[in-house]
Amino acid sequence: MTDVNRPYVADKPALLPTGEELRARIPGWGADLDRKDRPSYPRERFDPGATGAHWEFPERQEETYPRERSIEHGILPPVFGTVAPLHGLSGLLRSTAYKRYSEARLAHWLLLIAGDRVEAAGAHLRSTMSLHPDDPVTETGVRTERVDIERAAIRSRRADTSHRWIDPLLVAGPWVITGWIGYRIVRSLLGRR
Amino acid sequence: MQAMVYRGPYKIRVEEKDIPRIEHPNDAIVRVVLAAICGSDLHLYHGMMPDTRIGTTFGHEFIGVVEEVGSSVQRLKRGDRVMVPFNVYCGSCYFCARGLYSNCHNVNPNATAVGGIYGYSHTTGGYDGAQAEFVRVPFADVGPQVIPDWMADEDAVLLTDALATGYFAAQLGDIVEGDTVVVFGAGPVGLYAARSAWLMGAGRVIVIDHLEYRLAKAREFAYAETVNFAELDDVVLEMKRQTDYLGADVVIDAAGAEADGSLLQQVTSAKLKLQGGSPTALNWAIDSVRKGGTVSVAGAYGPVFSAVKFGDAMNKGLTLRMNQTPVKRQWPRLFEHIQQGYFRPSDIVTHRIPLEHIADGYHLFSAKLDDCIKVLVRPGA
Repeated sequence: MTDVNRPYVADKPALLPTGEELRARIPGWGADLDRKDRPSYPRERFDPGATGAHWEFPERQEETYPRERSIEHGILPPVFGTVAPLHGLSGLLRSTAYKRYSEARLAHWLLLIAGDRVEAAGAHLRSTMSLHPDDPVTETGVRTERVDIERAAIRSRRADTSHRWIDPLLVAGPWVITGWIGYRIVRSLLGRR
Repeated sequence: MQAMVYRGPYKIRVEEKDIPRIEHPNDAIVRVVLAAICGSDLHLYHGMMPDTRIGTTFGHEFIGVVEEVGSSVQRLKRGDRVMVPFNVYCGSCYFCARGLYSNCHNVNPNATAVGGIYGYSHTTGGYDGAQAEFVRVPFADVGPQVIPDWMADEDAVLLTDALATGYFAAQLGDIVEGDTVVVFGAGPVGLYAARSAWLMGAGRVIVIDHLEYRLAKAREFAYAETVNFAELDDVVLEMKRQTDYLGADVVIDAAGAEADGSLLQQVTSAKLKLQGGSPTALNWAIDSVRKGGTVSVAGAYGPVFSAVKFGDAMNKGLTLRMNQTPVKRQWPRLFEHIQQGYFRPSDIVTHRIPLEHIADGYHLFSAKLDDCIKVLVRPGA
């Protein structure tokens, strides 16, 4: 039985190396050894005076436009971000997600993701027609590739190299397909006239 | 002012934006001195987080100088040099009163399942972030803290998320003396979690990643043993072998939504967005930990479902612990540890870039080029 070890028998594994040895080798080893003296113990610690808040309920931030909110909220929370209010078709999709579906429903999130894609497509289109179009060289950081990717790939095995071949297809593919469909639609409309 | 602006998946640029204004009596406007790019910013950059709107400025790790305060602010004044937790929180709701600052109920109209975070989509409240010259900081009397004179800027900015999160992740593991702790992911949070595991008395710390340069940093900075999973056929089996087939006592998932290691998981989540995240590291954690052990989740995942091996977790009687980090709860003890000289947070910083080149910083970090571990961004440089 000498070669049978835990977990097949109940023996407690020895601490290898000892605490003293680890303390000598690793600065601070064991400084937080006492679980009950760690900052996040216990997880919930009722102490409303500890936060610096000097209100029972915060003053309400002015709602300068109809602020969308999850229907799981009983009220509009008193403070919120005001960047990028809803607009256009993407706004309609997002607004429907918030008004119609709780966070528990997949439809809620799929509508929000659809809103993201529609807004991005519109932004790309507007940018192409603007005086300040998106620049795929400076705005994607692709110029940092240089020799680094080659160097990294040669130097070590990396798990992400397994999907590198398909990444450009998955990232750029939908845009190319959408552009092609758009082109076909425009062409067929012009052809009909 | 100049600010990083999201233009759609994989595209960002620096634009002129209006300087934020006081919108609530307890707001402050902070001039950003130093910001960082977080691994979770990459989820936004890759279009994985629902309701990420064009025109949003990212960035939730930052320090700065108070430029202006609202009428009810008592604890800060113009000119104060402050560090700001990534959590936006009120300090007075049901959750904040119990120390769950990251779960505040008064700052995020868009979702009840997550609190408020700077520059992290409308799903976390629709706040602009700090990869900009100025940022609006709500509840200035609650979140921000004046940076101690002895603390370096680079250490302070890392305390606003990455270090606090790694330290919190180790606490969630409920480590006891002599435990074997495995950390999946040798990014900033994983490195700090591994280093923190020793503070809590771990007997053995193993860090797993597929990037050799990050594993080298884990050996040097976190005194950890390392395993490169790309060189193995089955990393879970290797963990069993290394622990006499017992499994680790505690496993920490410090990889999150874009974990590599499974082509199917990576493509269906990070690329096709059919899952809230690729739970490869989480599944490996569930399978590598011993029966009755604890899995701590520090990696961020999106709100849509992910293909997690829950049956194994149930059958093994695991404790799964997780949360966004209540940052400010961690600070007093971490300040002590840094003052004691146990470690220097900024030792993991590899890149320092001006705001105008932030697109390069995102790509370097995202594609793991040039041995990138942590990127700091300096506005106005």
